[in-house]
Amino acid sequence: MRIVTTLGAALIAVAAATGALAQGRTVRIATEGAYAPYNFTAPGGKLDGFEIELAAELCKRAKVTCEIVQQDWDGIIPALQAGKYDAIMAGMNITEKREAVIDFSIPYVQEAGSFGVAKDGPLAKLPGDGQVFNFDKDNAGAVKALEAMKPMLKGKTVGVQVSTIHSTFLDKYLKGTVEIREYKTTEQHDLDLLSGRIDAIFASASAIRGTFDKPDFKDYTLAGARFSGDVFGRGVAVGLRKGEPALKKLFDEAIASMNADGSLKALSMKWFKSDITIKS
Amino acid sequence: MDLAFMAETWLALLAGLPLTLRLAGWSVLCGGVLALVLALMSLSRHPALVWPARAFVFVFRGTPLLVQVFLIYYGLGQFRPTLQAWGVWWFFREAYWCALTALSLNTAAYAAEIIRGAILSVPYGQIEAGRACGMGRLTLARRIVGPIALRQALPAYSNEIVSMVKATSLASIITLAEVTFIAQKLIAQTFRAVEIFICAGSIYLLINIAVTRAILGLEYWLSPHLRAAPREPPASEAAHA
Repeated sequence: MRIVTTLGAALIAVAAATGALAQGRTVRIATEGAYAPYNFTAPGGKLDGFEIELAAELCKRAKVTCEIVQQDWDGIIPALQAGKYDAIMAGMNITEKREAVIDFSIPYVQEAGSFGVAKDGPLAKLPGDGQVFNFDKDNAGAVKALEAMKPMLKGKTVGVQVSTIHSTFLDKYLKGTVEIREYKTTEQHDLDLLSGRIDAIFASASAIRGTFDKPDFKDYTLAGARFSGDVFGRGVAVGLRKGEPALKKLFDEAIASMNADGSLKALSMKWFKSDITIKS
Repeated sequence: MDLAFMAETWLALLAGLPLTLRLAGWSVLCGGVLALVLALMSLSRHPALVWPARAFVFVFRGTPLLVQVFLIYYGLGQFRPTLQAWGVWWFFREAYWCALTALSLNTAAYAAEIIRGAILSVPYGQIEAGRACGMGRLTLARRIVGPIALRQALPAYSNEIVSMVKATSLASIITLAEVTFIAQKLIAQTFRAVEIFICAGSIYLLINIAVTRAILGLEYWLSPHLRAAPREPPASEAAHA
């Protein structure tokens, strides 16, 4: 009996110690700070946005101290692998290519890619009317919607952020139809849309809406059909180095708990003005 | 290190080489002409010529090229209606012309100072000697000041050309697909930053080896007085004696 008690106490102590190892640490999370409303740099230089608030809440639930660091998009995965930080929360979608080099938590939101155009421009009447087509669930419908848009898009210049699911989409489905211009940040293609150097931008619907909410962009609007599935992946998730199951478990559980009590939906309503959380 | 991957990367990066060379070549050429004008302006004694030249050099030498590229492309883009009214929007609409403008203006500012210094370094005695021979201003410039200043300027100017070749990489921030742009794109696709940047760096290194060799050759050709005199062959009669 005495042996059993001692063994039990020892087991509890060991369990507590391992738990503390994962929970007491400081987790450094990288974000881009240029992808409103996911993450952006407020006028005062402070990082703000959906993912900044989400990260704070996830860390609170996982009982870890978090530190947000800013990192350019094009180096965000190499720097994670180099151990400059432990996680990425930068509107990053789960794709096969990224999964080959890093791990992902369960996704927290998912949304469709859309075109943003000038209200009085030639593309304002793109067919499709904001309807979302999923290449995985309704491939024929998605292809048909895309074909309907092609005659109008022919020869137009479309801006997109380099090496995103959106640039992959344009490369795969619209290469040859439109001229693709690749930018380092979405903010840069927004500026070029404003200056009229490009006819449209292609990004996630909420990111475009976030931009077009600004007074400078009052003459711009979302247009045409929206797309998801296939190259768009399974949703936006926390990117993690491979081989860190403890950290992945912390994020997975915290995301699941926020999904369950509706706080993730509330955060989505606050920043995206719509519920883009993933229903299981 | 994966050699097959690096070879593949190298070939992919070569697609950006023509644009890199075009940007470097034209900006050095346009910037050089502008620099000569600016140098002559700041050496003239007329304040209406001296001050604009000095102000230009002050601004373009004192601000980062990255900022200049960004301002000329994205900054001027915000004044489209004005630029359209002036009829110059077609020029600033293109990223290529914006990059070329920024690079040329920047190198002009540096090169103007190199040329000004080189002209000032011509020993006064030589100019005086020329005048004593009855040379007019143009003849003096062509036969005395020009050649001496050119020799003086070359080493510093080769530095400037080398840094312009490297500076073309900044065109990548305004969507121009030159070597660095392609490198960054490949990194984003493969996440292998080290190998790809080694390849990109080696391309710039090769360009600059060619540039520095060419200028060394030019320097050699222009400085016959610095070469060792060829040895006199022994007189053949002496051998018979």
